[in-house]
Amino acid sequence: MSVSAAESSLSGGPPSENVVSAALAALTTVRDPELDEPITTLGFVASCLVSGDGRAVVRLRLPTYFCAPNFAFLMVADAYDAVTGVPGVRSAEVILEDHFASDAINAGVAAQAGFVKSFDGEAVAELGDLRAQFLRKAVMAGTDLVCRPLVAAGVTPAELLVLTLGAVPGSPELTRLRQRRAELGLPAGDDAPLLIDPRTGERVDAAAVPLHLRKARVTRAGIEANTSICSGMFRVRYPDGWTP
Amino acid sequence: MYEKDGEKYFIVDSHMHYWNAAPDNWVKGAEQYAKGWIECFHAYQGLGPKETHWPIDKFMAYTEDDLMKDVFQDGYVDVAVFQPTYLKEWYAEGFNTTERNAALGEKHPGMFIPNTRFDPRDGDNGLDELRRNVERYGSKGVKLYTAEWNNGSRGYKLSDPGAYRYLEKAQELGIKNIHVHKGPTIWPLDKDAFDVSDVDHAATDFPELNFIVEHVGLPRIEDFCFMATQEPNVYAGLSVVIGGLMHARPKFFAKVMGELLFWVGEDKMTFGSDYGIWEPKWQVEGFVDWQMPDDEDLSDYQKLTTAAKKKILGLNAARLYDIKVPKECQLPVVPSAREAEESAQLVTES
Repeated sequence: MSVSAAESSLSGGPPSENVVSAALAALTTVRDPELDEPITTLGFVASCLVSGDGRAVVRLRLPTYFCAPNFAFLMVADAYDAVTGVPGVRSAEVILEDHFASDAINAGVAAQAGFVKSFDGEAVAELGDLRAQFLRKAVMAGTDLVCRPLVAAGVTPAELLVLTLGAVPGSPELTRLRQRRAELGLPAGDDAPLLIDPRTGERVDAAAVPLHLRKARVTRAGIEANTSICSGMFRVRYPDGWTP
Repeated sequence: MYEKDGEKYFIVDSHMHYWNAAPDNWVKGAEQYAKGWIECFHAYQGLGPKETHWPIDKFMAYTEDDLMKDVFQDGYVDVAVFQPTYLKEWYAEGFNTTERNAALGEKHPGMFIPNTRFDPRDGDNGLDELRRNVERYGSKGVKLYTAEWNNGSRGYKLSDPGAYRYLEKAQELGIKNIHVHKGPTIWPLDKDAFDVSDVDHAATDFPELNFIVEHVGLPRIEDFCFMATQEPNVYAGLSVVIGGLMHARPKFFAKVMGELLFWVGEDKMTFGSDYGIWEPKWQVEGFVDWQMPDDEDLSDYQKLTTAAKKKILGLNAARLYDIKVPKECQLPVVPSAREAEESAQLVTES
């Protein structure tokens, strides 16, 4: 790929290292909504430059030419919002490379046009529902991550049912589960039940606990399998680009 | 047939292709899509063992000789099911049409099952074409590509009224098996592009038809599993699952197999190599050798028996397509509980 006019037009003196670091840090908060991983650890950020006068140019790349455009749009838009919010950044341009819908997505995000307008005639709804749907999957997968060690340690389904988040030993997985629940507006405080229906936030019925755990498990397996295929494809496409 | 440790496996490759994606078949003005598509497929091949990778030129247009050697001579396959994919918006003569497949199949009687396809957006003409294909090629199955572009539309759902009209016609013509591609897709743009709920509706409303969900809804395995467990006529097509995960990510392959065995079950899982993405040889050999690892993390998944491997590699698909299986490859007939009871009664009475 050639470095486009975007970077070569950057001017205004040497970029501030602090601002670049802050922009990269901001990008770590952007996740692939399907894989529930930061785009930075997935290797999707190809470059991030900031000029001395605060103009940022971020390049993103994905595992395939035909990765779903809805998810691609979300990542480009989220990256734009994240970098735009960094102190010292005056303007941001986020460029998705090597994708069949690059032009529509890049132009749509740059114009703050929203998904429907960017894909005029092809899309009928914005992406909030899609994002929420995948956050619910992330909550289910996170439930498995938190519950499996407990089950392995001998905690019974009946005990899991009455556990609250505050009673579960702290772990990165628990923190992540709380964050995903909070993003959905679901109970995430110490008093909140560990096992909830991710659509309603209600505690799971006692009789439904085994099935709930099974569903949590298959959801996690699905996300992991998907991530492993995507990462494999990404590595084939960009052999030197993958960050595990 | 594949033989290992005295066991004989009848192999039905229930999902494979014979495509032409060479540049001379690219539609003018759509070259970037035609190129992007085949390069994307080629990247999938990269998930298989290194010694089975092909250069892109061969991958775009492998020959009849390549196919016969890779699938039958080296790949142990007894019967292969052609699954057409048209993509005529990008490939002038189609990517992989019923006619192209059938022409090859006619040269090798008994080795191929020529499935056809339909697209409900083709209206009455499409219904006529479906009838002609079934009459001419004797197709017993169709491959549906709900994400295919067609005249400005970027896809359809199996639960659309137009699709039901086609399913009714297909059933009337004697079609039994509906293979639906539910895997990496590009449409619908604004919804979950991998949604399988339309199959759920169709499977309920057409209980006489079998719905084989190819690629098991990847990456929506959980949605597929919840649906398949409730619908007796929904099957898991393992194309991409074995090819894309068994070699590249064995741990995740084990988890996906464990989940499918739990939710869907060994009687409703079918092997498909997805040739020419991956050759069947390494997939068949690897799957026969495969077993659920003893990891603690996987300990509540069931082990895979030899009988289950025989079903998945061929016997299940043979049942779907009424393929005659040599006696030496069949499973011993276990009498049903009722038959056992009846014969016990006979013994008592005599």
